[in-house]
Amino acid sequence: MATDQLSITLTALGDPTRRAILARLEKGEATVLELAEPFELKLPTVSKHLKVLQRAGLVSQGRRAQWRPCRLEPEPLREVAEWVERYRRHWEERFDRLDEYLQELQGAEKQAENPQEEKQS
Amino acid sequence: MSKTAILVEPAKQEIVLTRVFDAPRELVFKTLTDPELITHWWGPRGHSTTVDKMDLRPGGAWRFVDRDPEGRESGFHGVYHEILAPERVVQTFEWEGAPGHVLLETMTLEDVGGKTRLTTKSVFQSVADRDAMVATGMESGASESMDRLAELIARAGTGKN
Repeated sequence: MATDQLSITLTALGDPTRRAILARLEKGEATVLELAEPFELKLPTVSKHLKVLQRAGLVSQGRRAQWRPCRLEPEPLREVAEWVERYRRHWEERFDRLDEYLQELQGAEKQAENPQEEKQS
Repeated sequence: MSKTAILVEPAKQEIVLTRVFDAPRELVFKTLTDPELITHWWGPRGHSTTVDKMDLRPGGAWRFVDRDPEGRESGFHGVYHEILAPERVVQTFEWEGAPGHVLLETMTLEDVGGKTRLTTKSVFQSVADRDAMVATGMESGASESMDRLAELIARAGTGKN
């Protein structure tokens, strides 16, 4: 099993319940009880998901407060976003090249269709 | 402004890229399927592409060789599964640097008011394969900036800008 940070984050994100928990925490801190409610999950199930999210550094839990509220930690998500963004930029560059070539081809086509017009202008 | 949209969903083994080109669908389809035209744009900027094989029919093989500015070559190959002009190409894709990691690619072309929306969907053999591919994109970007840094240091050493 992969142990680098990115793989751990991606594994943690690879579950719809965990993503829903993160989406809930994006709106603000919540206790384990509050997190369990909308999903109709048993508390041990929620705790299990939270453990995976905590290991990935995506969620932290207050130690001192009586209800130990859970909080979203966005840093690992930023890392994933950057990773995807670089891949996207790589393809953007390659598509830019195709786009430029398509414009070049269409320019040549127009010139072949209306050679006189080109001369006059 | 970014013109290329990317969709990488967690726990799925696919990547979807979408881009609209200001050209009619027939022309975009031609640039994807004509062995002469494809060499003009296929690789990253500054690279050149040679078509070794391009047997454009279901079951036909393709093989391209990409050459970077330093002259390093990498081969890519696959098999065409469907060619439906001017709207769809389905093919396998394999980089010879990582043999056995085969992708299934579907390129779909839609007419959007005289422009063309190109959607490429790449399906990997596993989620791990997909994530490794995205990570490779990142590594090549990182090594490019390392190269630039090395260049700067070399130039500083010789006292030139």
